Amino acid sequence: MTASAQDSLAMRAWETLGTVLDPELDEPITDLGFVTALNVRSGAGGKDVHVLLRLPTYFCAPNFAYLMVADAHDALRDLPGVATVRIELADHFAAAEINAGVASEAGFGDTFPGEATDELAELRLTFRRKAHLACIERACRDLIGRGWQVDALADTRLGDLPGSPARDSLMRRRAELGLPAGPDEPLFVDDNGDPVLAEQVPARLRFARSVRVSMEGNAGFCRGLLRTRYGTTEEGAR
Amino acid sequence: MYTKDGENYFVVDSHVHFWDGSPANQANRYGKGFIECFYDYHRNLSPEEWVWSLEKFSKYSEETLINDLFSEGYVDRAIFQPTYLTDFYVNGFNTTEQDGAVAERHPGQLIVNGSFDPRDGELGLERLELLAQRWNLKGVKLYTAEWKGESKGWKLSDPWAYRYLEKCEQLGIKNIHVHKGPTIYPLNRDAFDVADVDEAATTFPNLRFIIEHCGLPRLEDFCWIATQEPNVYGGLAVAMPFIHSRPRYFAQVIGELLYWLDENRLTFASDYAIWHPKWLIEKFVDLQIPEDMQAEYGVLTPDIKRKILGLNAAKLYDLAVPAEVTNQVASDGAEQTAGAVDSTPKIPA
Repeated sequence: MTASAQDSLAMRAWETLGTVLDPELDEPITDLGFVTALNVRSGAGGKDVHVLLRLPTYFCAPNFAYLMVADAHDALRDLPGVATVRIELADHFAAAEINAGVASEAGFGDTFPGEATDELAELRLTFRRKAHLACIERACRDLIGRGWQVDALADTRLGDLPGSPARDSLMRRRAELGLPAGPDEPLFVDDNGDPVLAEQVPARLRFARSVRVSMEGNAGFCRGLLRTRYGTTEEGAR
Repeated sequence: MYTKDGENYFVVDSHVHFWDGSPANQANRYGKGFIECFYDYHRNLSPEEWVWSLEKFSKYSEETLINDLFSEGYVDRAIFQPTYLTDFYVNGFNTTEQDGAVAERHPGQLIVNGSFDPRDGELGLERLELLAQRWNLKGVKLYTAEWKGESKGWKLSDPWAYRYLEKCEQLGIKNIHVHKGPTIYPLNRDAFDVADVDEAATTFPNLRFIIEHCGLPRLEDFCWIATQEPNVYGGLAVAMPFIHSRPRYFAQVIGELLYWLDENRLTFASDYAIWHPKWLIEKFVDLQIPEDMQAEYGVLTPDIKRKILGLNAAKLYDLAVPAEVTNQVASDGAEQTAGAVDSTPKIPA
């Protein structure tokens, strides 16, 4: 393969890593500065992709760390032209276990035998729901800024939302949760996709704001800690 | 006491440490990683002029502690919250005994809290009783996320935890500080989950559950339970320092907490030596909610700040407050006598 083909695979690999989110912060690991290196080499039967990851603290929760390493591994493995994938988490108290566990596709429970018991699906679902609720709040906030009344939000449809990154983000969350996302679907739904009653919208919106403040605050804290730990900007390996 | 613009503030620092994280005391790489993680918190969120060297941060002297809190830092009373970490540090990181020795050399200034782990069973119950007698405990600090052998942490709602909480009631330990905050241990599920506090708070209405770090990074989950449980409090350790680096975010956090709880259930804390109380107190007293957020969050009055900085914790620990401070709390004297524990939470519509 030519050098340019290799470069383009590296670019596709970077884009693919951009689909991997920190489940708690709901932001791509590439934007957060968690990816420090991405190397593509020719190997037997295709390309070998090697990714180096870092996190804001030595004691970042191992469950979230595992999810990011495993998601990066799975996303790159499915990329056409890729033969092998190696994701290496560095500077973390459980790095060795997580790296080995993901490489052998052991699952979280088998990666920490006798220590962890649960797989992480439930944790992921909890945070996808939080991210979805935060997206609803951003959409409502935008509408209220445009003069909409809170009373009208219960009747708002997805098709009423103006095009924006916030809208795209909301649609992605709907898809992740398997919730309907057609233009006639109501905007304000609960975790199961059922419409929130008009009289409950103000309280639910208020809670959604707390969720958003919390997530945005955490993301800021994590970015700051990463900067402090490594003394660098968040551009990563770009 | 701190005075600014004619307003007097009695200051209780509800969460301070006297630790030894130095290399000589580190038992393994976890001990090294732990103090370095704390140090990154310290230098990330402190104003530049307040950043220490890692060497000083790892092990500071008793003289430094006393001077920083009480001479420089405006603190009237400080509460030691122990953090044992005996798997990471040879002599432990910050035990009740280490704290107690310092407190006894400075009578009237420092309050000593203990700790328990319900997985210690009957033996632990006896130990708690001895600890309570030795140090006259009014509070304990708990880490539900701590791993112990085969166990991956515990819940406040576990049957054994209930036995310990019953014991606390018998021993007159009313203040249950629960660490639900930034990760410090290997964890299994979601170590910040505060649902167990909800159950325990309902079962033990005479105990107060002070959630340290107010559930950050799960502020919303904490707010949700605190709204429904009048004996749940928010400890502001770790939230406070954002006042310097990200004041708008800090204003939002305080705004959210005041909305879901109320001004009677929040307690100031520096988490010393991670942060120094002097600059936290000065900035907090000077703080106002930014104008563009006031429609959502309202404004901070001197009385709200007085309660958060000291009056709320003074009630929890039965501390005498000087008259020049209580005299200024004129606007809501009735509420002062009613007590924070009995205040009605705001239930969302």
